[in-house]
Amino acid sequence: MNDTSTLKPGHIQGETGIWEMVIGLEIHAQISSKSKLFSGASASFGSEANRNVSLVDAAMPGMLPVINEFCVEQAVKTGLALNAKINNVSVFDRKNYFYADLPQGYQISQFTKPIVGEGEIIVDLDDGEQTTIGIERLHLEQDAGKSLHDQHPTKSYIDLNRTGVALMEIVSKPDIRSPQEAGAYVKKIRSILRYIGACDGNMEEGSLRADCNVSVRKSGEEFGTRCEIKNLNSIRFIIQAIQSEAERQVDILEEGGTIDQETRLFDTSTGETRSMRSKEDAHDYRYFPDPDLLPLEFTESWVQDIKEKLPELPDSLKKRLVKDFGITAYDASILVEEKDYVDFYQQAANGRDGKLTANWMITELFGALKKDNLSFSESPITSENLGELISLISNGTISGKIAKEVFSEMMKSKKSPSEIVKEKGLEQVSDDSEILKLIDQVISDNQDKVNEYLSGKDKLFGFFVGQVMKLSQGKANPGIVNKLLKEKLK
Amino acid sequence: MSELLDLNLVEASKALKNKEISSLELTKAYLKSISDTSSLGAYLEIVEDKAISMAKESDKKLIDGIARPLEGIPIGIKDMFCTKDIKTTASSKILENFIPTYESTVTQNLWNDGAVILGKLSCDEFAMGSSNETAAKGNVINPWLKNKKMSPGGSSGGSAAAVAARSALAATGTDTGGSIRQPAAFCGITGLKPTYGRCSRWGIVAFSSSLDQAGPLTRTVSDAALMLNSMAGYDQKDSTSANLKMPDLIDYLNKGIKGKKIGIPKEYTQDGISEDIVKFYEKSIGWLRDEGAEIIPVSLPHTKYALPAYYIIAPAEASSNLARYDGVRYGARQEASSLDEMYELTRGNGFGDEVKRRIMIGTYVLSSGYYDAYYLKAQKVRRLIKEDFENVYKKVDYILTPSTPTTSFELGKKQDPLTMYLNDIFTVPASLAGLPGISLPVGLDKSGLPIGIQLIANSFDEAGLISTARVLEMSAEFNFIADGAAK
Repeated sequence: MNDTSTLKPGHIQGETGIWEMVIGLEIHAQISSKSKLFSGASASFGSEANRNVSLVDAAMPGMLPVINEFCVEQAVKTGLALNAKINNVSVFDRKNYFYADLPQGYQISQFTKPIVGEGEIIVDLDDGEQTTIGIERLHLEQDAGKSLHDQHPTKSYIDLNRTGVALMEIVSKPDIRSPQEAGAYVKKIRSILRYIGACDGNMEEGSLRADCNVSVRKSGEEFGTRCEIKNLNSIRFIIQAIQSEAERQVDILEEGGTIDQETRLFDTSTGETRSMRSKEDAHDYRYFPDPDLLPLEFTESWVQDIKEKLPELPDSLKKRLVKDFGITAYDASILVEEKDYVDFYQQAANGRDGKLTANWMITELFGALKKDNLSFSESPITSENLGELISLISNGTISGKIAKEVFSEMMKSKKSPSEIVKEKGLEQVSDDSEILKLIDQVISDNQDKVNEYLSGKDKLFGFFVGQVMKLSQGKANPGIVNKLLKEKLK
Repeated sequence: MSELLDLNLVEASKALKNKEISSLELTKAYLKSISDTSSLGAYLEIVEDKAISMAKESDKKLIDGIARPLEGIPIGIKDMFCTKDIKTTASSKILENFIPTYESTVTQNLWNDGAVILGKLSCDEFAMGSSNETAAKGNVINPWLKNKKMSPGGSSGGSAAAVAARSALAATGTDTGGSIRQPAAFCGITGLKPTYGRCSRWGIVAFSSSLDQAGPLTRTVSDAALMLNSMAGYDQKDSTSANLKMPDLIDYLNKGIKGKKIGIPKEYTQDGISEDIVKFYEKSIGWLRDEGAEIIPVSLPHTKYALPAYYIIAPAEASSNLARYDGVRYGARQEASSLDEMYELTRGNGFGDEVKRRIMIGTYVLSSGYYDAYYLKAQKVRRLIKEDFENVYKKVDYILTPSTPTTSFELGKKQDPLTMYLNDIFTVPASLAGLPGISLPVGLDKSGLPIGIQLIANSFDEAGLISTARVLEMSAEFNFIADGAAK
């Protein structure tokens, strides 16, 4: 077999050469709206079945959809954040098909004239590189309900709570070339959505799902036939599914077969995709403009107002953190991943040593939270308290070593660092006379070593520093200890 | 009792306010009339108790001097309007036991203005038809001739028959391609289809959303003005509802038409129109000229494409609108072993032939590969038809046409769907353009059947439409009463 260890991500070594993946993603993001896209019913998650259903959602005779303006605003906001063209006139279409959890017999979506057109985003890859992924379009649509097939031996149950919930479908261009890039792309979209508050990005609750279009080709060749993997709800599954699907396609092509354009499902237990329906079985959705809704129109000034209110986005924030706080681009990219991180960081680092704050947050705080299995929002340490800890280190009240002790106490007790330092008497000793007393003690206890040092064994200096620190229970200011020791042992 | 039935809506309203009559006696007279004319089959549901209690309520208001515009007026409601706690079937088997928990905006507006409900009126199934023969419970009989069973027209056949038979003082209808105007013409009464967007569609069973519009069927133009005053209005729940205030139509009843320009479109005088209708059309032109209007020949060149375009657009929307009747949540359901089989049986048994035909046409014209050739082309034709009217309204104020090419036909005689579709040839263009139109009776043909003439106004000019129609009404002096009407 060939050595695959040097293959680039997204490349597959076959008998006939190296295959390249071509990937496009359709992300379905649920808009963070209290009510549904076309009805006043609640869009909240986790309610008892069929509690959040209005007459419109149940498609009772004569019921009509009315657009939820808040959702339109979120779509425009997202379009702006994706550097995309906002279409001031867009149209809602009906996508017709029969299913028990689709009460109207059609989904209201946008087909030929979406609210948002082409855009692009910059995606950060694990190796620190960046790549640009094109956005094809973003449109608004209704979610369907849920069919429950396991509640009764012969019947299916229908839950319409999700019916009509507002979704944004964000369609990428086929610019993605590896599962890792796909993962990074989803991560970036998720981060942007969370920054602007358009979607909570919660993949476990289904607020963010992706359909992945995958094909393979030899470098430089035309795109191959693609398969669509439906409804992936974690970044890990997206990466696994794309890899496995691309490998399946390569195997078929290498054996001289052809790829059937089809819709596939990812089986999380086997880690493989399987066919859901072929192109021949594809629905004819009979799209046509929904006559119950007027075209969606808004003015340029309305769009401008939204643009002005847009919060600072990750890319520009990252640059600013590097510039204002002097931290590395790498640290900055970690901090901007989540808006909560940046907000926390900026509060903690405000007026303090930015680099030191970043180190403490990324290494110590993130590490400790992971160890305790806590999410960031559950952190026992507030930004004020971390900031205070940084100040205590910077102004010499405690040493870095003591700071770690204080930090673990903060994780446990949620107390402020100064409170802990005071309670435990951990203030650093910086007073010359006090430190001199300690030095004198160490010298008199170790006269033999002093003599060795004075006769030229310079290495022993560290030993004396250590002894003084030990005697001070770590509280002596190491800088002053160094300085005074040097003078004393001249 | 008979004097009570002789009063039209305006007269009855006056008598009620003057306390010459009570709503209870008026309502009881109409309830009796419903039972006297029950062989016509106009009513699907009669709500006697509710009618009585609403009438009593109205009488209190009348006594207290706080009467609302339609206080105490007993009316019938086309079964396309959802009425809270009252069975609403759209004349279809698939909704045979459907009882809404909500009230349509238009009917709510009527109750808010004091009207009294008598019951629900038959119509063609899902308003698809021009003879009332597609109703699941069977056709309605036109009260006009006693010796022959004539069609009341459709789809608002029950509404038109009830008003003509005096079993409702007025009725609501819906008009998609002529469903108010054509039955009004067949039954010798007045039917008004307002501008698209004037009346809310919320709570009206949808047939073709871009065309459906509610309107009144009444004995006179003044009655229509009073009814529409109450029915119309902006509704946030209907995104296509117009946020425009309609003037009080009563103020426009006696404005006359001096100096107004009436357009006579050459495309509406083709072969196949009955001689009597041509004769009364010409008479009508003369009457309007005599009243000071200027008669101007005009052309609406794309008229001949209106009917084909309509029979693509309306079925296309219907095929989608009727997808919700799937047996899953409400309405009739045929149990089966799979979901697809349940759909097939439920819809196969629940819908009648005409509805199925239109669902199939609609599904076909929206299918991939046919969409551009049919649906998109039809929408382009619709635009051209709209432009035809826009051009003509630069030159004239109103357009006068016959309402139908023929008068009422015998029930069971017209079986060919295409011939049936031709009934709507004069009403469909205004529907496609969203314009307000009114049909009023101007005379009888040789067989003694009423002839209707249609006036079409520019968008949202219901006031002008009423003024002109009133002039025509006074000139025509149509004072006939249907043979089969309650006496």
